[in-house]
Order: sequence, then C-alpha cells, then structure tokens
Amino acid sequence: MTGTANIRELLTRNLRTSGIYIAFLAIVVLFAILTEGTSLSPANVTNLVLQYSYILILAIGMVMVIIAGHIDLSVGSVVAVTGAVSAVLVIKNDMPWWVGVLAALACGIVIGAWQGFWVAFVGIPAFITTLAGMLMFRGLTLLVLNNVSLSPFPEPYRNIAAGFQNGLLGGNGYDVFTLVIFGIGVVGYAFSAWRTRVSRIAYEQSVEAFPLFIAKLVAIAAVVMWFGWQLANARGLPNVLILLAVLVIAYSLVTTRTVFGRHVYAIGGNLSAAMLSGVKVRWINFGVMLNMGILASVAGIVFSARSNAAQPAAGNMFELDAIAACFIGGAAVTGGVGRVTGAIVGGLIMAVMSNGMQLMGVPQSVQAVVKGLVLLLAVAFDVYNKRRAGAR
Amino acid sequence: MPKHILEMRKITKVFPGVKALSDVELEVIEGEIHGICGENGAGKSTLMKVLSGVYPYGTYEGDIVYDGEVQKFHSIPDSESKGIVIIHQELALIPYLSVAENIFLGNERRGAGGMIDWNLTNHEAAKLLTMVGLDENPTTPVNQLGVGKQQLIEIAKALSKDVRLLILDEPTSALNDDDSEHLLQLLRNLKTEQGITSIMISHKLNEIQEICDRTTIIRDGHTIETIDVAGQAGIQDRIIRGMVGRDLTNRYPSREHVIGEELFRVEDWSVYHPTQPGRIVVDNASFNVRKGEVVGIAGVMGAGRTELAMSLFGRSYGRDITGRMYMHGEEVNVTDVSSAIKHGLAYATEDRKRYGLNLIEDVRRNISAAALFKLAKRGWVDGNKEIKVAEEYRASMNIKTPTVMQTVGNLSGGNQQKVVLSKWIYSDADVLILDEPTRGIDVGAKYEIYTIINRLVAAGKAVIIISSELPELLGTCDRIYTLAFGVVTGEVPVAEATQEKLMTLMTQEKATKDKEVRA
Repeated sequence: MTGTANIRELLTRNLRTSGIYIAFLAIVVLFAILTEGTSLSPANVTNLVLQYSYILILAIGMVMVIIAGHIDLSVGSVVAVTGAVSAVLVIKNDMPWWVGVLAALACGIVIGAWQGFWVAFVGIPAFITTLAGMLMFRGLTLLVLNNVSLSPFPEPYRNIAAGFQNGLLGGNGYDVFTLVIFGIGVVGYAFSAWRTRVSRIAYEQSVEAFPLFIAKLVAIAAVVMWFGWQLANARGLPNVLILLAVLVIAYSLVTTRTVFGRHVYAIGGNLSAAMLSGVKVRWINFGVMLNMGILASVAGIVFSARSNAAQPAAGNMFELDAIAACFIGGAAVTGGVGRVTGAIVGGLIMAVMSNGMQLMGVPQSVQAVVKGLVLLLAVAFDVYNKRRAGAR
Repeated sequence: MPKHILEMRKITKVFPGVKALSDVELEVIEGEIHGICGENGAGKSTLMKVLSGVYPYGTYEGDIVYDGEVQKFHSIPDSESKGIVIIHQELALIPYLSVAENIFLGNERRGAGGMIDWNLTNHEAAKLLTMVGLDENPTTPVNQLGVGKQQLIEIAKALSKDVRLLILDEPTSALNDDDSEHLLQLLRNLKTEQGITSIMISHKLNEIQEICDRTTIIRDGHTIETIDVAGQAGIQDRIIRGMVGRDLTNRYPSREHVIGEELFRVEDWSVYHPTQPGRIVVDNASFNVRKGEVVGIAGVMGAGRTELAMSLFGRSYGRDITGRMYMHGEEVNVTDVSSAIKHGLAYATEDRKRYGLNLIEDVRRNISAAALFKLAKRGWVDGNKEIKVAEEYRASMNIKTPTVMQTVGNLSGGNQQKVVLSKWIYSDADVLILDEPTRGIDVGAKYEIYTIINRLVAAGKAVIIISSELPELLGTCDRIYTLAFGVVTGEVPVAEATQEKLMTLMTQEKATKDKEVRA
C-alpha cells in the first residue's frame, strides 16, 4: 500500500507500541499534579536519572533475553558480586579505580559465559540456570565481602555514577554544554527520522501524514529539550546519563539492524523455524546471556559507585524491576516481541511512579502494591490488545 | 421435502475492514453428509465458527435455524448442548493425558462427591473407542498415538457429547490414505447407523465426491451454489469451477523438460531415531537429482520421507547419520543447517506454521530469514535493500498482502507457502527439497506453486518434491522414488508410473526388498 496512513489507522495499528508512551506521559502528569510540581523540579529530575539508571541498564539486557524467549533471575546477584569484586580491589587493596571497573566487567563476562554455557550448550532452561545463579552469586558476594559492607570508594570511581559534566561551556545559572548536547541529540533524531521517512517513501511503504510526522517530531523535541533544560538548571549533565544514552542507542541499533539482533527475534518468534533457517541458535543464546552478564556488571559498577559502597544485600530484587520494565514496555512473555526503547520507557514508568510516591510520602508497603498492580495491568492491556488483533 | 436440520440464512460477518461472509445461505438435510468447498480465505471456517458459537450471537447478522428454531449461541457449550460439535483442523487433544481423559475433558464422568469415577470413565471410553473402530487402551497417553488415531479420538469425544450435527474442518488433511479411508468409512457408518448429520470442509475433491450427498461451494464470502454430489459425473470439475470462478483445464501447468548434469546425489544414507536407540528410520537410501529436474519422493506417512529430508538438511533430525552427499559431483560434509544453506540446499518444511515461518514477524523478515548474510555487511543488515528484495518477491511470487510489513500469521495458507518458497529461493539454493508443498492450500494457489516449481527448474535448479498425493507427483515430476519403511523401494520415470504401481512400491515390506537385493 502506498501513500500516507491516516491518524486512526496509525493509532490502532501502533497502539501496542505507542500506548506505552501515552501511558508514560499520563503518569508523569499525574505525579506532577499530585506532588504539586515537585516531581518535575530540576533537582528531582536529576535525581530520578541517577536513582534508576542501573535498573534501566539491566532492562536493556533483559529485554534481549526476553525477546529470545528466556528470562534472567540472577542479575540482582550479579550486580552485587561485581560491585563486591570491584570494592575488594579498590577499597581493600588500594588499587586504582579503573582496575576495579575492569575487574567487574571481566567478572560479568565470566558470569555471562557461565550462564550462557548452561543455557545454550547444555540446554538447561534459563529460568533454572539463572535461579541457580541468583543463589550462587549472592553466596559469592557474601564470601567476597566476608559478610561486611565495604566503603568508601575513591572520588573518580564515585564520579562514574554521581559525577556531572558541568560548566564546560559556561552559562548563566544553567549549563550550556548540557543544552548543546541535548540540541545535537534532538537534531540527530529528527534527521534520522527524516531519512527513514524518505527511504520508506522511496520504497513505496506507507508513512504517516506529513503534518502528523512534524507534530510528532516537535512533541518529542519539546519533551527532550525540556528534560535537558531541567538538567541544565540543576547540576548539569550526569555522567551516567551519557552512559545510558550510549547504551540505548547502541543496543537499539544492535537489536534492529544487525544480523545478531534479528536472529534473537527469530529465535524468540519461532525456535524451530529459526533453526531450520540456518540460525546458529546456540551461539545466539550464548551471546544473549553473555551480554546480560556484561550489562549486569555495568549496572553493578554504577550501583556501587552511586551507593559509594559494596553491600552484601546490594541489588536485591533488581531482577524483578528489570523484568517488570520489559513487560510494561511491551515485551511478550512468549518471546519474539519487545524493543529496547520500550523497556527503557517501561523502566521510566516504574521510576517515575516510585519516585513520585516517595515524594508524596507513600509507605513502602503501598508502593509495592501499586507497582505490582501496574505491572499486571500493563500486561493485561497487552494481552487484551493481542486478543483483539487476533480475533479473526 | 426432506427435513432440514440446519438452515443458515443470510449470514453476514464483518471483521474490521473485511467482510468475511456476506448473505451466506446453507441448508443441511437431516442425515446427510454435506460438503463445504472453497478456496482458502473463502469464509468456510468463519461460517463454521459462527455456527458453533465461537463468534457469539450478535456479532453476526442473519439467522441460524436448527431443528426448526432460531438459535442464539453465545459460546461453544451452547451449541454443544444442542448436539452441534465442531472438530477443528488443528487437533485439540492434550498430549500427556490419556485417551479417556481427553474424551471426557470438560465433560467428566463423576461419581460420589464430585470425584471422577475412573472405572466409569474408562469403561465408557472403551465403548466409544469401539464405536469409532479403535482398538486402543483408554489409559494410553494420546501422544503415543498417530495423527490418524488422534482424529478418531476427536470423533469419539464428539460422540460422548451426544452429537447430532458433526462439523469436521479438513479432517483428512494430515492423514495418509489408509487413515483417511478409515475416517470416511466411519462417517458413513455414523450416518447410516446412528443418523448423525455431518458437515465436512475439505480441499480433497475426490473425498467430497466419494462421501458427500450434497456440497455447498463458497467463494469470497458468498454462497455460489449447493449441488448434489452422489452419483454425478464430472462433479469435481464443476466444484473447481465454482471455487475459483474460472475453468482450470489443467491442474498442472506444463513445462519443457530440459535435464542437465547431476546436481545432487545421496549414497547409502542411514539415519537412526533420535530417542529410540537401534530404530532405523532411513535405511541405506540412495538417490540423485539433475539440473532442471523435478524428482518426487512418494511414501505414506511414517515412511521416513520428512526424516530423510531433514537429516540431509544439516542433520536436523536423527542420530548416527551415515552416508555420503555430493553437490555438483563433489562430496560435501554438511554438519549444520547454515552449512547446508551455504552448499546450496534448501528445505521447505511440511508444517510451515510450526517449522517454516515466524508467524509474529512480517513478510519482509520471513523472506530474508535464511539469507540475512546476503543483506548484511559486517553484521549490519541493510534494511532498505531488504524491503526492496521483499517487494520483488511479492511481485514475482504473487504474494497477496497489503504490504510486506504485514505479519505473516495474517496471510492465507497459500500466501504463507509462497513466503516460505521466496525465503528459500532468495537463499540461492540449487537444490530445493519441498516437503508437501501444497498441503492445506486451495486449488488456485496450488497451481501457482506448481508454476513456481516449473520456473525454478527452468532456471537450472533441481527440485525434490515429497508428497503423499500421488496425482500431484505424477503431474509435476520427471522421476519418482518410492520410500517404504525407510527404504528406497523403487525409482520410476514418470512416463512409466501409475498410481497403482507407486502404491505397490510404497507398501513393499523391507523383507521382500532384501530378498530382491540378494537375488
């Protein structure tokens, strides 16, 4: 079909992927009203990024695991053990901060390869492998830390998660550098959206009407620039946000544009068909689990740097937050469906909710109930949509 | 005037954007076997879903008059309580439960205190099994039985619900000739002995002719006509005309036979069962296929046809595989699917939904799935080129889809099969093994598939067709190998082949073959 798609068709066809963005905006607005604007203050927006960055990093890896039709229950324990290894080297043995970082990453690679081996080559379901991993790596954390917390980390290590890029270009109460970076980001996004549109038209695929396309771009640009403005008015550009942005862009490309990414979707969509199409299923599964291990160690570094300590109980329940983020973000329990951006927005929904409720002074108990309900409703919405689409 | 057990009047069913049925009329006489014919997507299954309450009252227009009363079914139990039972194309049995448990699933035989009375359950199940001519222990798990027997268990299940109107959606599509014959005989018996009325959807016109009293033809959501079948000559051609709206003078397109040098040869290929040690599935099979040639492999289900093909295709089936494989005269060692593809081999599976396609992915990505390496540079896929390729195949293979971004699961069977073939043609295979390439697809699409096969061999490829429909093999192949119990029992040029001759070879026991070899 050539020509342009109208708004209604666009909405119905894309409800499953765009519904999540609408829900996100609704939740942001809701908490802005409930907290009388506090949740949107520059300081809080900055805090939000710092506080939930490691969940978002985990969600990036987790969504690939889920697309491939697996699950990873061990990431919380991996966060703890990688942070612990790094702390033992940097704090106890006075090694430079980067040794800790490299050791944590190496630790993540080994753990990812270990779990990938069992899942991909021995054929143990990921649920079991990572359940075992969850216990083992928690135990190893206690062993490595000798059951006590280690702190504090030296300044450069802390800066990974708590540092800012500020004042590089000066400014009057706001950081120009932050705004410039965000500006470049928005222009880059608009350019790539434009290129996609042009090439889709060239290949006679249906695209949204031009005014709608522009409206969408402007809306996204406005939201992103507002976000940048809030950051610029606070402490500048958080280092961890740069890390997160790089990861999101890189993994979005990996999942959508590379052979590896496409094979991950193929395995999750129909394992047998993928196998009979020449996909090296074992190596892809191994790669997915390996990658999860690496990203979990990155999250471990960020988390230990932010909390300025390695604790035996670090990362507890992180796996559930990361999994919830993926499912809220539209990933399918059966595999084959999901997007990195979806998982990020899913994670942000959880983040905004937790943060907003904390600002309102809602007790932990109620927060847990609300988060659980949101997860349930998000998946229910997904199931309902699928049933409606599959009613024929 | 015979009594109508069922009248469906002016049934119209609209899905968002599609009118699946429009003013469809169906009248079924009590005690008859009524066929329903139509191309895939004509609306046959939708009509039956309206009848059985899958689409509840209120979601369609028109009236269902059953037993002289207008019915308002809201769910399947509603229609079953009136004795209307539907058996779907995909069997709905639970593999790990026993035969008896499956028969009474949702309709359990209870004793005191609401607990299941197992003696009564198994006793009644045994009686039902006798009625459908099955000699099985009711406590056997269903997954230990073949597809043919499972189909009979579905019928036993229907009988346990006091069925009066039995609806079968392509009951024989997965059965071999023996099992099909048995099933059809059973339907005849149910009709004469118990007065059960049946509605049968089928693509197999010889079955319709053999068993039905009357048949209704549906095309594009409209009733074309209802005709008497029993004892009518030339009825199949008339049905085909009605289904496709045109004359199909020849069901198999003709082609020039230009046969070149040998492309692919298999010698002494033996395969053992993957889980049952010592059970040989393919026994010393040898065959070859030449450039521009279509070779058939004929065998009943369970003869090892699919197993042979899959073991050749990157050892995707079986264990302890021995034998040699030659491509272009050179021996090749194919250890996995990707090396099979690189050597120019392709295998289009008989079960495209389970093994052939990623149903939740779009047309474009299914076409490129086996040859992403052609679209990729250093691991990065060229998405624009991919769309271009998909569009080319949409045009050249006549895949009917609004866009190549359409999810494959939404396409009809024939179009799905064209996507599968596109995928393998795009992989640049020289030798294509097509396992039941026209299963479950309608007459018009079958013709298109045969045309595609002709185009392939004209371009110098070699095609191996595995099929249980002998007329299809006789109509398309140059040579036919017969396979029986894992052994290649014969090689027949198509000019000398007849259905009877092939059937004899296909049912030849291994012992006779051994004797021949020794003699």
